[in-house]
Amino acid sequence: MNTTWSRFNITSITMGFAFLYLPIVLLVVFSFNESKLVTVWGGFSTKWYVSLFQNQALMDAAWVTIRVGLISATVATVLGTLAALALTRYTRFRGRVLFSGMVFAPLVMPEVITGLSLLLLFVAVGLDRGFFTLTLAHISFTMCFVAVVVQSRLVTFDRSLEEAAMDLGASPVATFFQVTLPVILPAIVSGWMLAFTLSLDDLVTSSFTSGPGATTLPMKIYSQVRLGVTPEINAACTILIAIVATGVIIASVVNKRREVQRLRDEQAALRG
Amino acid sequence: MKSLGSIRRDFAPWNDPNAKPYIQFENVTKRFGDFVAVNNLSLTIYEREFFALLGASGCGKSTLLRMLAGFEQPTSGRILLDGENLAGTPPYRRPVNMMFQSYALFPHMTVEKNIAFGLKQEGMPRADVEKRVAEMLKLVKLEPFAKRKPHQLSGGQRQRVALARSVAKRPKVLLLDEPLGALDKKLREETQFELMDLQQELGLTFVVVTHDQEEAMTMADRIAIMDKGEVMQVATPAEVYEAPASRFVANFVGNVNMFEGKVAERTEKNATITGATGAQILVENAGDASAGANVAFAIRPEKIRISSAKPDGLANALEGEVYDIAYLGDMTVYHVKLSDGQIVRAQSMNAARISDDPLTWNDRAWVSFRPDAGVVLTR
Repeated sequence: MNTTWSRFNITSITMGFAFLYLPIVLLVVFSFNESKLVTVWGGFSTKWYVSLFQNQALMDAAWVTIRVGLISATVATVLGTLAALALTRYTRFRGRVLFSGMVFAPLVMPEVITGLSLLLLFVAVGLDRGFFTLTLAHISFTMCFVAVVVQSRLVTFDRSLEEAAMDLGASPVATFFQVTLPVILPAIVSGWMLAFTLSLDDLVTSSFTSGPGATTLPMKIYSQVRLGVTPEINAACTILIAIVATGVIIASVVNKRREVQRLRDEQAALRG
Repeated sequence: MKSLGSIRRDFAPWNDPNAKPYIQFENVTKRFGDFVAVNNLSLTIYEREFFALLGASGCGKSTLLRMLAGFEQPTSGRILLDGENLAGTPPYRRPVNMMFQSYALFPHMTVEKNIAFGLKQEGMPRADVEKRVAEMLKLVKLEPFAKRKPHQLSGGQRQRVALARSVAKRPKVLLLDEPLGALDKKLREETQFELMDLQQELGLTFVVVTHDQEEAMTMADRIAIMDKGEVMQVATPAEVYEAPASRFVANFVGNVNMFEGKVAERTEKNATITGATGAQILVENAGDASAGANVAFAIRPEKIRISSAKPDGLANALEGEVYDIAYLGDMTVYHVKLSDGQIVRAQSMNAARISDDPLTWNDRAWVSFRPDAGVVLTR
């Protein structure tokens, strides 16, 4: 394989990264802008961060977003894990193909349709729109992502582990909590993180299903932008980016370390 | 104290009509859809027996073991353990433990936690669990590895953890599914003897599933040879080898020369068998083969003598040509082509370093054997 850097390679990689990150870099840079005009550089300042934390409406929206994210990700993880278990374990029931297809349909469903149908449902059953309906909506569209992640782990799960546990006297419930769950836990955790992230940045479904007093950060940002972008929004976005980036970096470093440790252990075992 | 050999020599409950059976399969059938894995099988295993289920893959031996462990339910028939019907008892309430072919060690637990798992399930006090785990670690010589996780162990060490975990609860019966399948040859041979010693030491009943006949012969008190969901023969290793019940068993265990023919003459004990080309074989103790029956005469290669001149005094001598020679160090294997085209395999031990009767390729040679050296098979 040719590993040298040709001019073509350098160009394409630069373009690719520029395409991906230039907008974000601009956003971060202008969050430190002294000027009130977003597109005109007026010198370095952190005053927009200060005013961001004094903006009660934005802070309230952030708090709503975090609460909805935590609750919906947790409930979606439980439901999604159960769905994944049912679909991988009970493979012989009638209509299984239809069911597994239906679990994954929301992955490709246009969000406008999801949002609209949920709205119609809430209106039909007479639920007042607000924090509760917002959370329900987030659970329903993040659950299938959890199911996909957990199911892909369960497919490679060695069933003889569960048989061994039962053979040693563990009841099916004890087997699940002491053997199955700990083994698939990494997949469940990544499912939760995925659900949480999806919930954090959702705008379309939230707009359909939310009501007064339950405005999420993306909704707030979007509505403010319509009245004109203030550098405050840039600051809020920069903080969000920082949080997400930190999370991703920590996760990958931990993963990498574990992988290296495992390889080292295996080599030690082969020698000894 | 008696040596292992003498204990095993005296141990033969299957010959004692008063012995109480310990594990009984009564007309057990197991179907998976249209596939019949186990077909109307009956089998009796005695307490403290080292019993082997031997057969090619797909013969139903693993299904039998899994039914005993409770992972599969028989389609029909009963399984009794110590007189008690096991039907409806889930795996976690059966007094049997299994060592899995894949070992199935819990990847998230250390060696000692793996071994303690079964003990904790039955609510054993913590101090007793610790004591038993230490005992088990000592038994399988893994004390230094107590805090390691399964992926930090070699294949042989993992096998020993799986073994320790499955005997930690002192089950009435230990089931072993291809216990040595994943080990290399040298380690496998060592471990065979360790397993035998362990079985004697703990006084447990072992039921082992294997496709390796050498492994079954080495370890087991009795072997059940299985084919297509049925038991072909249940007998001690020596009986299986020297007195196979059928052509299938004779072919399956070890090497064998098979002469197809008809019983030409039959006295009370002896028979003369005439092969297709007219060669005659005199057999002592011909069993139940009646005159005129189509039979096979089976003889093991090491019971055939090979010489360049026609031997005196042996009733059975056939002439042929040396077709192939394989020198294996401890013995030499000759393939002799008879006049009718059949290849006879003869084995001779190289007791002396230099043979006084060297045979080589294409030499005329005689293969000869005593009338009692082989068996007549009617099935």
